[in-house]
Amino acid sequence: MTQLLYSIFVDPFVQMGTAPDLLAQTLWEGLVSGVLYALIALGFVLIFKASGVFNFAQGIMVVFSALTLVGLNEHGVPAYLALALTVVVMLVLAFAVERVILRPLVNQPDIILFMATFGLTYFLIGLGELIFGGDPKVMISDQLRLPGGSYRIPMLGGYVQMQKIDIAATVIASLMVAALAVMFNRTRIGRALRAVADSHKAALSVGISLEQIWVIVWFAAGVVAIATGIMWGARSNVSFALEIIALKALPVLILGGFTSIPGAIIGGIIIGVGEKIGEFYWGPLLGSGIESWLAYVIALVFLLFRPQGLFGERIIERL
Amino acid sequence: MGKTVGAPILEVEGVSLSFGGVVALQAVSFDVREHEIRAIIGPNGAGKSSLLNVINGFYHPQQGSVSFKSRRRRRVDPHEAAQAGIARTFQNIALFRGMTVLDNLMTGRTLKMTSNFLEQALYWGAARREELEHRAKVEEVIDFLEIQHIRKTPVGRLPYGLQKRVELGRALAAEPQLLLLDEPMAGMNLEEKQDMCRFILDVNDQFGTTIVLIEHDMSVVMDLSDRVAVLDYGRKIADGAPDEVRRDQAVIDAYLGVAH
Repeated sequence: MTQLLYSIFVDPFVQMGTAPDLLAQTLWEGLVSGVLYALIALGFVLIFKASGVFNFAQGIMVVFSALTLVGLNEHGVPAYLALALTVVVMLVLAFAVERVILRPLVNQPDIILFMATFGLTYFLIGLGELIFGGDPKVMISDQLRLPGGSYRIPMLGGYVQMQKIDIAATVIASLMVAALAVMFNRTRIGRALRAVADSHKAALSVGISLEQIWVIVWFAAGVVAIATGIMWGARSNVSFALEIIALKALPVLILGGFTSIPGAIIGGIIIGVGEKIGEFYWGPLLGSGIESWLAYVIALVFLLFRPQGLFGERIIERL
Repeated sequence: MGKTVGAPILEVEGVSLSFGGVVALQAVSFDVREHEIRAIIGPNGAGKSSLLNVINGFYHPQQGSVSFKSRRRRRVDPHEAAQAGIARTFQNIALFRGMTVLDNLMTGRTLKMTSNFLEQALYWGAARREELEHRAKVEEVIDFLEIQHIRKTPVGRLPYGLQKRVELGRALAAEPQLLLLDEPMAGMNLEEKQDMCRFILDVNDQFGTTIVLIEHDMSVVMDLSDRVAVLDYGRKIADGAPDEVRRDQAVIDAYLGVAH
């Protein structure tokens, strides 16, 4: 018994203390996967804020955009041109979603729209397989001049190994978030987005066009999906299995709140770091592999205490 | 008062509107002249708000048409109405609760801003300059409504009376030619009502804005308006100067009930 308690409450911290370089390495890896979770969650938050739709298709949008990029390149389109074309494809997708799904379903209950995004998911899976085939593809990291290799940084009496691609991912994600934050807070379009999130009828009365706003948020979510797809694809490869990472965004959203951009970022990092630390220090006790479910447990515990998330708006219903 | 009322700026002709079997408006015709304060009164459920919603394009009538500034339309969308110069407030305040007073008012200027998406995304050149210009205009509205002290407060935290005022401010920020006010004084105390009356008169006087308002407080309606239209069960039962309407038998019957 004492043996068990020791290995849960004492031993992991002893390990952290005796090998701080390993701790730093684990934290860094947690941070990197956290940033990627945050990017996916960000795509959800953008759409949820502006249209109240939980977009189940965000995961497949990541896969679809990455496949488009790689597929175009395979057909001889230069990498950067392929990237530009992928952006165009996501813009077309945003227009199509607005015209075909959102506009006819306006004023329907949220659950209907949620189901519609399920439909969109399976449509995109089918379309993707039809065009690009079902085999995993390798991300065109070299053609896009993404940095390869890694740095070994001496730290805390040991080394911390940092993949250059991870550093790039973190920098790019931070830049995207900063750009979105400026747009949301300083510009007309950002204000219009927040306005639509607060009150549809008031937004309409000042001349904001809902259709235009929806296209913009879906396009923004599409661009976030491209960035996620490239970064994630470069770490593993591009396949439909990636779609499952959309489910990883759920605990992040529960933690950060569905309507908060900073929440998505911080939630993502907490989940990412929590997973890696849990796996490394406590995983062996349970025969490893706890990384795949730990996030949901963290989210569940969190729900008990703060159902609206870290930064979400508290919803007070009038009875 | 030396106020000159001009030609009709808004003409509603034979508008009928129903939701399924429920008839909201029946062949209602109604005009508003430039620079006038026009009141719409009537018992609850008479169709007053529906009429405003038709004018600003939230509802599309099954019959009839609306012409604004001599442009006749069967079907207007809210976006087009706003573009044409119609602004409004709502019976149950519809503000952007999470945003500050300043941002709410800036939203009112959405249609006046012209910088494109790319400039907006990068917050570059024109977009930046434009923000500053519009900010100056919004500050004028803030001064006018005497809400300087709450400029940076999120509107969700303000008391009801001030929220109503901010909502008026958002409509004014659009520099509208026609302002639709749906019960601007509902639920206010006497002092707040007096302030709101003063603002409405000043808007009409200083900016020459034409105003259509729905109001239940009869003394307010009689004091403010140039002409009053009375609706009952979706029909217009009287229309004219406040004094005429007050004496009209049909109006008295509608308000007090009549033995059948």
